[in-house]
Amino acid sequence: MKLDSKIPEGPLAEKWTKHKFNLKLVNPSNKRKYDVIVVGTGLAGASAAASLAELGYNVKAFCFQDSPRRAHSIAAQGGINAAKNYQNDGDSVYRLFYDTIKGGDYRAREGNVHRLAEVSVNIIDQCVAQGVPFAREYGGLLANRSFGGAQVSRTFYARGQTGQQLLLGAYSALNRQISNGKVKMYTRTEMLDVVLVDGQAKGIVVRDLVTGKIEAHSAHAVLLCTGGYGNVFYLSTNAKGSNVTAAWRAHKKGALFGNPCYTQIHPTCIPVSGDHQSKLTLMSESLRNDGRVWVPKVAKPGLKAKDAASIPEADRDYFLERKYPSFGNLVPRDVASRNAKYMCDEGRGVGPTGLAVFLDFADAIKRDGRKTIEAKYGNLFDMYKQITGDNPYEVPMMIYPAVHYTMGGLWVDYNLMTSVPGLYALGEANFSDHGANRLGASALMQGLADGYFVIPYTIGDYLAGTSSAKISTDRPEFKEAIDKATSTINKLLSIKGKKTVDHLHRDLGHIMWEYCGMSRNAEGLKIAKGKIQALKAEFWENVNVLGGSNELNQELEKALRVADFIELGELMVDDALNRGESCGGHFREESQTPDGEAQRKDDEFAYVSAWEYKGEGQPEVLHKEELKFENVKLTQRSYK
Amino acid sequence: MNWFTKLLTSTLGRKLFMALTGLFLILFLVIHLIGNLQLLKEDEGHAFNVYAKFMTSNPLIKTVSYVNYACIIIHVIWALLLTRKNYAARGVERYAVSKNSSPWTSRNMGILGTLILIFLVIHLQGFWYQMHWGGIPTKNYDGEDVKDLFATVDFAYTQPLWVIIYVVSMVALAFHLWHGFASAFQTLGVNHLKYNPVISFVGKAFAIIVPALFALIPIWMYLH
Amino acid sequence: MKITLKIWRQKNNATKGSFKTYQLDHVSPDMSFLEMLDVLNGDLISKGEESVAFDHDCREGICGACSLYINGRPHGPQQTTTCQLHMRSFQDGDSIVIEPWRAKAFPVIRDLVVDRAAFDRIQQSGGYVSVNTGGVPDGNEIPIPKKVADEAMDAAACIGCGACVAACKNASAMLFVSAKVSQLALLPQGKPERKERVERMVAQMDSEGFGACTNTGACEAECPKGISLTNIARMNREYFAASLSSYEIVSKGGGD
Repeated sequence: MKLDSKIPEGPLAEKWTKHKFNLKLVNPSNKRKYDVIVVGTGLAGASAAASLAELGYNVKAFCFQDSPRRAHSIAAQGGINAAKNYQNDGDSVYRLFYDTIKGGDYRAREGNVHRLAEVSVNIIDQCVAQGVPFAREYGGLLANRSFGGAQVSRTFYARGQTGQQLLLGAYSALNRQISNGKVKMYTRTEMLDVVLVDGQAKGIVVRDLVTGKIEAHSAHAVLLCTGGYGNVFYLSTNAKGSNVTAAWRAHKKGALFGNPCYTQIHPTCIPVSGDHQSKLTLMSESLRNDGRVWVPKVAKPGLKAKDAASIPEADRDYFLERKYPSFGNLVPRDVASRNAKYMCDEGRGVGPTGLAVFLDFADAIKRDGRKTIEAKYGNLFDMYKQITGDNPYEVPMMIYPAVHYTMGGLWVDYNLMTSVPGLYALGEANFSDHGANRLGASALMQGLADGYFVIPYTIGDYLAGTSSAKISTDRPEFKEAIDKATSTINKLLSIKGKKTVDHLHRDLGHIMWEYCGMSRNAEGLKIAKGKIQALKAEFWENVNVLGGSNELNQELEKALRVADFIELGELMVDDALNRGESCGGHFREESQTPDGEAQRKDDEFAYVSAWEYKGEGQPEVLHKEELKFENVKLTQRSYK
Repeated sequence: MNWFTKLLTSTLGRKLFMALTGLFLILFLVIHLIGNLQLLKEDEGHAFNVYAKFMTSNPLIKTVSYVNYACIIIHVIWALLLTRKNYAARGVERYAVSKNSSPWTSRNMGILGTLILIFLVIHLQGFWYQMHWGGIPTKNYDGEDVKDLFATVDFAYTQPLWVIIYVVSMVALAFHLWHGFASAFQTLGVNHLKYNPVISFVGKAFAIIVPALFALIPIWMYLH
Repeated sequence: MKITLKIWRQKNNATKGSFKTYQLDHVSPDMSFLEMLDVLNGDLISKGEESVAFDHDCREGICGACSLYINGRPHGPQQTTTCQLHMRSFQDGDSIVIEPWRAKAFPVIRDLVVDRAAFDRIQQSGGYVSVNTGGVPDGNEIPIPKKVADEAMDAAACIGCGACVAACKNASAMLFVSAKVSQLALLPQGKPERKERVERMVAQMDSEGFGACTNTGACEAECPKGISLTNIARMNREYFAASLSSYEIVSKGGGD
């Protein structure tokens, strides 16, 4: 298989403009003859479904939640970047492009990232027009803040609920098209397979989660906007329902999976409190602006937050300030996360589990007064108190890193098409724009860029060359996919083993976190591979899924998702093993500088890993898409 | 459906009529109270009887009184319609346990209203019907025969049962107004951070003072 | 902690439900309420009993999926979503009654899961600004006073969980509907369609079978996002003004 990224030739700033002109168009009166399936209704899915329906295509949209408004995009807090330069502080499309490429540790495509930066400005306009209540200055103009260590203020926000407001904006656009009859919405419906006819994606098989009915839907193109796969770790900041099933089934039907090992781990999450833990809660990164991260110099097992004050200043190790004097507590996410892990590995972690470090506001409160701190972080402090029962105004917070975002995903070309013709992947579900590490406030930007401003152009190029004849779901390809989905479900229900789905999922999470988490090495990854294979065997022999297939059965839903997570886990391990460098969110212990920092190896690994599924039990085949950098100079990150 | 029937049949429209009729009835209470206070004048009912005559004969007042009757009827019928819809909206299965996070009065406007309605029937039968069609003896003031409603009232308030009915009903009215006064403004959309405290204060003061004065009359007359 | 749970179990919408009692002996006060239910479900499955179905997703208080009427209050004893409620809000030995949202417009799907699609249909009836993608003015061409933007944001914070309906003795959806109407009535972007919007959304709300508002304030008291009754008053104003002043123009079509 030859990978063609279809990046247009020509100067960086003109690629997208030129490409848009070169794309084929579908005649306005013909658009209504084409059906498009959109799976997932988060930022990418809702915006794509609405925009395509506005153009005249017939859209069928699917989500497993009870409403499109509940997609996990809703949980994004911080904001959305756009190169508006409203603040007159030197921002530009090129600067946003540059920051994103550099932030991604030079593992993303220049062409894609520049396009993302270009359309970022349109996104803000679009959202404002929809009635998204962005924060405003007293003069009535849009407010900005600087986010995630960026040198310019380019982040637009709606309190701490930017994701919610952007999603509700896209949801409202989607609702308008549902009301116009151009989008048919299927809620509580989960995709189980993609259907290929003559090698092209022509439909999907879904399960109605209420009735259990398995049905096929056909279309001329299929868009997967199904988010990331952080839940492979069991504990993550993702929603409980977030899953890889749609992307994984597409992968098994021939779509290559790009950079599966690139995971972003967020340093400021509320630590695990016990075995019952079901998910992790993110606290905004902004806390590190005023909080100081520390652990005791000598291990104090089980040290409680309320006893932290008893540790004298001299016995505290402000390890980020010590190791990175110029950035201090504001080092990037991966550096902060990794160092917290090291402290805990040394046994100096705090709290009942020893898997936490302090984030202390005592100095900030002393310096600025409680009022100022309350004005800045009041909501976050309240949330922390609600969850942990500790009052951060009086005792230090405890934090620990958690899986937050996955940069990897289905491999797509410049048109967002996967290696399967007619099958597209948008938003977090694709691998494209963030390289090995994502900048803060860029996930929302990418999801909406793909849905509002990329796919409406690129899909026409494919559809214009496709027959508009309706595809019958009576075709054998659909029947076969339905049968396969049905038999998988029946198999799961018939095992009646001893372990719950959650139990096995937790086991998978432990393996992934231990060996394929913040820091990885070849030896550990090999162990992990063996363990995952054993877990997979155990899952199919010993999982206990009660209930029937023709009813709302939440255990069955979970089982289907976990089965795919296990397979994905193995691929992540393969990919991590293959990538013998440290880059972005991926830290390989064998590849570090003498003083223990990440060492990228551009001469060996400046490529996208795209994995091809070869069948049950067969090793996946690696394809490499070389990354060419014509505009930026590759530099090694340093925060000393 | 034309716009008016649409307005009339929507839940918001029905509430609008509840609020408007309610506010009119509140206004009526004030007029009624001013009249009733004449009972307290120690003139053997002269002022009160003249007032009662005026209220039943002045054409303008008569017109307004028809509006008033209409308001009572609309207020009651709309309340019944809304209550039925509201009850149905909860569905067949009810909550087994319910802790309420709303004021007691606001949840029991229907019961309070029913008490007031029962009172109204008794009250109208006792005085209003008597005044219009009953055989009330007359008194002669300056050559004019005026029905001596005062005597009927005065007699009624010598009976403890009547006094109790009146006082209890005024308590129900007070609770009804306690919620109803401000609620009417909310329904009309009059909700402004600047004026909400005023509406709330006036409403609560009204809910206490007006029924208290109404209740004072029978007590006072009973004691005299 | 030891906890006794009395949970509503119902196979599906066609069958009748009833309460079942369960005992949990090892509840940690640090567990979230939903994690406590996870533990219960794990126990049930091990015993060969089907797990209790309940809606949940983000578990961080923003998606609005979780519901549950806990001891007579939507989302339980604190003014948060159920997923943010922790067991430390209860005492050792407590008995907890868990019911689904009960409203005619929210039929039970199974156990504690209800169908809230009525909310979506209300939004579809007009909860949007009719702009297509592309061709919109620059974000700063529409100046919006900070106060207005903040007030619109207060209304827009609604997560669509349905606690307002669950709390209201009339199962009224006024707080939910008015939050959207308010957001778009306050912002200049929403002004061109404000009359039609409120008329259509109220009509849809009524046809879904929600009750009327009797201004009890229970919705505001229970709303996990603090949506204010002011929005209901604003919607009333919007609706009456629209009813009295809107009219339809029949387009003749044509052009060239």
